[in-house]
Amino acid sequence: MIAKTFAAKPVALSDAFATSSPGQLLIEAGSTEKQYWRDLWRYRELFYFLAWRDLLVRYKQTVVGVSWSLIRPLLTMIVLTVVFGKLGKMPSGGVPYPLLVFCGMLPWQFFSTAIAESGNSLVSNSNLISKVYFPRLIIIVSSVITSFVDFLISGAFLIILMVWFRYVPPASVLFLPLFVLLVFGASLGVGVWIAALMVEYRDFRFIVPFIVQFGLYLSPVGFQSSVVPERFRFLYALNPMVGIIDGFRWCLLGVRNGIYLPGIVIAVIDVIVLVASGIWYFRKTEQSFADVI
Amino acid sequence: MRDTKVLSTPTMPGPAITIENLSKRYTIDHQRANGEGLRHAIEAAIRAPLDWLRSSRQKKIQQVDFWALKDVSLQIKQGEVVGIIGRNGAGKSTLLKILSRVTVPTEGRFRINGRTASLLEVGTGFHQELTGRENIFLNGAILGMTRAEIIRKFDEIVEFSGVEEFLDTPVKRYSSGMYVRLAFAVAAHLQPEILIVDEVLAVGDAAFQKKCLGTMGSFAQSGRTVLFVSHNMEAIRTLCQRCVWMRDGQLHKDGKADEIVEAYFNSISSQQSFSCSNPDYGLTIQKVVLRNGRGEESSQFFPGEDLVVEIYYDAHKCIEKPIIALSVWGVNASCFSSNMLLDGHRPNFLEGSGKITCTFKAIPLLPQNYTVKMNVESANVRDLIVPYQEVAGFSVVGDLAEYGYKGEFLTYARRSTPVVVPYEWRLPDGTAATVTLAKKSTLVSR
Repeated sequence: MIAKTFAAKPVALSDAFATSSPGQLLIEAGSTEKQYWRDLWRYRELFYFLAWRDLLVRYKQTVVGVSWSLIRPLLTMIVLTVVFGKLGKMPSGGVPYPLLVFCGMLPWQFFSTAIAESGNSLVSNSNLISKVYFPRLIIIVSSVITSFVDFLISGAFLIILMVWFRYVPPASVLFLPLFVLLVFGASLGVGVWIAALMVEYRDFRFIVPFIVQFGLYLSPVGFQSSVVPERFRFLYALNPMVGIIDGFRWCLLGVRNGIYLPGIVIAVIDVIVLVASGIWYFRKTEQSFADVI
Repeated sequence: MRDTKVLSTPTMPGPAITIENLSKRYTIDHQRANGEGLRHAIEAAIRAPLDWLRSSRQKKIQQVDFWALKDVSLQIKQGEVVGIIGRNGAGKSTLLKILSRVTVPTEGRFRINGRTASLLEVGTGFHQELTGRENIFLNGAILGMTRAEIIRKFDEIVEFSGVEEFLDTPVKRYSSGMYVRLAFAVAAHLQPEILIVDEVLAVGDAAFQKKCLGTMGSFAQSGRTVLFVSHNMEAIRTLCQRCVWMRDGQLHKDGKADEIVEAYFNSISSQQSFSCSNPDYGLTIQKVVLRNGRGEESSQFFPGEDLVVEIYYDAHKCIEKPIIALSVWGVNASCFSSNMLLDGHRPNFLEGSGKITCTFKAIPLLPQNYTVKMNVESANVRDLIVPYQEVAGFSVVGDLAEYGYKGEFLTYARRSTPVVVPYEWRLPDGTAATVTLAKKSTLVSR
């Protein structure tokens, strides 16, 4: 009956669609792009709330609580220092080896926890996705922000370490925000890709730990990238974390061997490509998340 | 048709929601059910091309398109309270999901005019580990409130929920009642112009449900638009002026709530063949037939008559120890049920075709409309082989005067609690009166 009603009154209906005012919302099959970025702004407080939730929840029912975000990098630093510095006798470039390792670990730990957390974030929030609307990108960004808080805590610890080793950072420390931005971008780019893929292919739940595990050794976390033979250096630098970790060391320690500039350029390109393609793929698949998850 | 005229009157406020030819297609991939993952994509590439050809052809066969919503058009005026009814799988929830923007339509479009809040579930986003206080903020933000708004309404929310004492306790320690109350309290303070609600009344105790209905009622009275899915026909009748009946993903009927609910009941009563099948278990329920005590197929019963429910099934595979449950529902609540989970009288297995019968003896029901709902669960209670749904309907008819009722307001029977357990009044003057819905003959012989 109602179908007939509408067939009889096409004029009235198209009028309803033609008049548009700011308070109105029009959703059509296949075109929600314009609305999306506006919504992202409208729901901006949710970035904070979701990150806040994850932080609150993370250390509930643990004994040492937030200290975990210090204990983890500290222990890893000791192990890597012993393995690469003492046993492997890798060159330190005149910097205390623990400092060298910690400056590598700072971005690496951020990157690895961020991709693990954001990769899982959509699936672990599937109840939200199937019941409430908000731009799903918020979930990913929030979990990167959560990992970023750990990064800041570790960063504070690095200051203590530097005081301990009486090491004054060089003037190049002013460039640090640039590299922080880069590692944030890299985490977001990879995180968005993995999260979107994970919705359909849960295999990534198993793939991510591999990336994290191998990545630790494929990236110059426990050693300097200058130990890589010159002819492989370009190839090696295709891993964006190489340029980023080099950059961190250059900013914080001013490593003398000099900075491998192409590596940093590649890292910047990598990050731009990752973020752009990640968001593209995410937007492409996002609409079906609620149906697939 | 009547509604059409109202809609086109120029003095009416603009539509709150305009839906045009909305459709939603789901592709059901049976293969997915057992082995979801990259496997297909990678396997296909790694395995021999011959295999790949075969498997991809197989896959095509098993992909089934399913239109959860087909060409739905609807216009809802500002301030209208519209109920949506229909069986499970009729597309009600899909429609609400699209309007809530959780999922996108395959075809068509809709326009919403005004701030919208949708409540597809009570307590979405509640985190078990967080305290009540923290969850109020989190849930509020997820539902679209700003922090300032939540802070402003915080006290009201807490008062409404009645969980003040446990505000700093993690919600995982809450009773389910407290949990739902808190969750609903947050949602009740959203104060949007348009509210979209999906069957949230299905949870919580009677007092809570009443409170929910009250909130939604006052919400509706304040001139806001409500779109509301429910199986609770009494709620639809009291809250809504207009009701939309959906069937097979399409808009079946649209009109005054009273009339549509009545028509809905009548259709359930007269519906001959419920059928459904579950390919995973190889079980088909061919039909569910209601018979009276004399074995005649019927959809009308007298109070005190026997109600026989016959379930005709066909099991391709052997199903061991299934759990079947039947329940009889009145307009607003369940009346009684038969449940193998409880009584333990399960068939050892179902195989081939056959019939299971359940006889409810001397149904003590007042003249009203009723539905029979059924579900079938697997032996380990993990899987719903047949999801809980309406399988048949009937009405109880009869003149209560013949049962010894002599009140002046016998028409009230339609709205009374439906089940009558035999009872006896003893009055101050010493007279006693027994009331029972047993067969007329019994009354006469007394």
